[in-house]
Amino acid sequence: MTSGAAGTAGATGVRASPPPTGVTQRKVPRPGAAVVRRVILYVALIVLAAPFVVPTVWMIASSFKPLSEIFASPPTIFTDSPTWAAYAEAFTFQPFAQQYFNSVYIAVLVTLITMLVSSLAGYAFARIRFPGRNLLFLVVLIGLLVPGEVTIVPLFQMFKQVGLINTHWPLILVTALAAPCVLATFVMRQFFISLPGELEEAARLDGLGRVGIWWRIFLPLAKPALSAVAILTFLASWNLYLEPTVYLTSPELFTLPQALTRYTDAYGGEMWNTQLAAATMTVVPVLVVFLIAQKQFVEGLAHSGLKG
Amino acid sequence: MARRDALTGYLFISPQLIGVLVFVLIPVGLAIYYSLNDWNIFTGELQFVGGDHYAALLEDPQLPSVLGATAIFSGGVVALNIALGLALAVMLNRRFRGVTLFRTLFFSPVVVSVVAWTLVWGFLLQDNGGINGFLAQFGVVGPNWLQEGPTAMAAVIVTQVVRSVGINMVLFLSALQGVPGELYEAARIDGARNSTMFTRITLPLISPTLLLTAIITIVGALQAFAQIAVLTQGGPGLSTTVLVYYVFQQAFDFNNIGYGSTLALMLLTFVMLLTVLQWQLRRKWVFYED
Repeated sequence: MTSGAAGTAGATGVRASPPPTGVTQRKVPRPGAAVVRRVILYVALIVLAAPFVVPTVWMIASSFKPLSEIFASPPTIFTDSPTWAAYAEAFTFQPFAQQYFNSVYIAVLVTLITMLVSSLAGYAFARIRFPGRNLLFLVVLIGLLVPGEVTIVPLFQMFKQVGLINTHWPLILVTALAAPCVLATFVMRQFFISLPGELEEAARLDGLGRVGIWWRIFLPLAKPALSAVAILTFLASWNLYLEPTVYLTSPELFTLPQALTRYTDAYGGEMWNTQLAAATMTVVPVLVVFLIAQKQFVEGLAHSGLKG
Repeated sequence: MARRDALTGYLFISPQLIGVLVFVLIPVGLAIYYSLNDWNIFTGELQFVGGDHYAALLEDPQLPSVLGATAIFSGGVVALNIALGLALAVMLNRRFRGVTLFRTLFFSPVVVSVVAWTLVWGFLLQDNGGINGFLAQFGVVGPNWLQEGPTAMAAVIVTQVVRSVGINMVLFLSALQGVPGELYEAARIDGARNSTMFTRITLPLISPTLLLTAIITIVGALQAFAQIAVLTQGGPGLSTTVLVYYVFQQAFDFNNIGYGSTLALMLLTFVMLLTVLQWQLRRKWVFYED
């Protein structure tokens, strides 16, 4: 299946057959063969798509179910008696609105800082000559290799020393300057390297300094790379789980991933429908933004990886 | 002029450089320091113990199981992720009705919050959950997925792969689109089979991307904390306690800062070794680079 698909894959735009003319008469089709292959492809894709789609649909659908129907057998996808009760409970059980705001403002702030820091560093590493440039770039890249789990214990102690435990500072600073930012710097550098050298010369004739060149010439050109950086960074911050669990103890400071796991009753049992309602509220807005802007999303991501 | 320019360069990189120094390099240094000490977190006393924690690695009765789980999890995630990502890319790298929709569907879990995604899978994988309910329709009695070692491991692997394979799919798709169509035409005239074209043209030409995604995927798998913490808490028993989760338990649940740091450094060593290994392989194995 894979190899068969690969053959046509290469000849982009060739509609699955008619196959090659030439010496080999392999697989000369009956007229129906193309249709059969197409049907097989669709069936395979639909079956494969189930685990990608069903969980999200199920989550949304179940969040409207009364608790009694959550584990109904046989399972229902859509309930006959939808209720908003779980949504209301999500807000009364925890300061969910506050937690939502925390996640949003932290992710936005981190993304803005990262775009600034990484485009500056990426520009310098790509376009300015200075002694030790390659060595320093390697040093920065180490930041990408060290898992957050390795540094979390010392970082916890460091933040404790300066009294920043149970604040949002660790979540903002570490994400905006360590690993996710290093990835961003790497992406920006690779992008800036690919731009022609005459750009600076022309800009200098216009009397622009380095800051002007970076801000007025290179940043506007870097929109695809910057959008890749923004997406990757926003998702990295939005998804943080270990860090808030370690640094934050007050529910009103929690971020969404951490808050989602706290919908448990007095016995530690999950309050499934409340949890699913909160999860739905966490997931759906991002999903909608993705569906609207998916072209930029996917191209941005492809861009960030390809130039590696 | 050149000197002033160099100074500007240093200024431009300084926020990033200082960030890495303060939030990565100094903490790694501290982790090494902690690993050489016993730390009573209640009294705050540090006592130098030299290599004791490193010796303890060899005697830790749980560590072999943890390393085994780490190998199975990371290996499983990388193998499944690369294979599925490549298969999806190959299937979707052509024009047919609905291709954009399918690309969107396969990519969509990437933007779903990790914890939300894992919670929903945990919900579906309950003994009386959706998956077993679905199987029951066909008279199949499903296992209690999260309560048995092998199925729990399979569950965390699949949950992780389905959520993240979209990234690799997109990377492979753009790599496939970079393969010149004439190569296939030429091979076809020479009578090459589809499978031959795949192994002789497609794979070699996209090998830089394969390598890059393999690195990203394995490093990601070694750091998968939220998935395990939410889905299985390392259980049942130790069956899904991978190294990152074990580090967290030692440091934050049992307050063994010294030993936890030693384990963390072991994790760091693995990540470093894998990266170096793959860069070495890159020389031998990658046929084509920009």
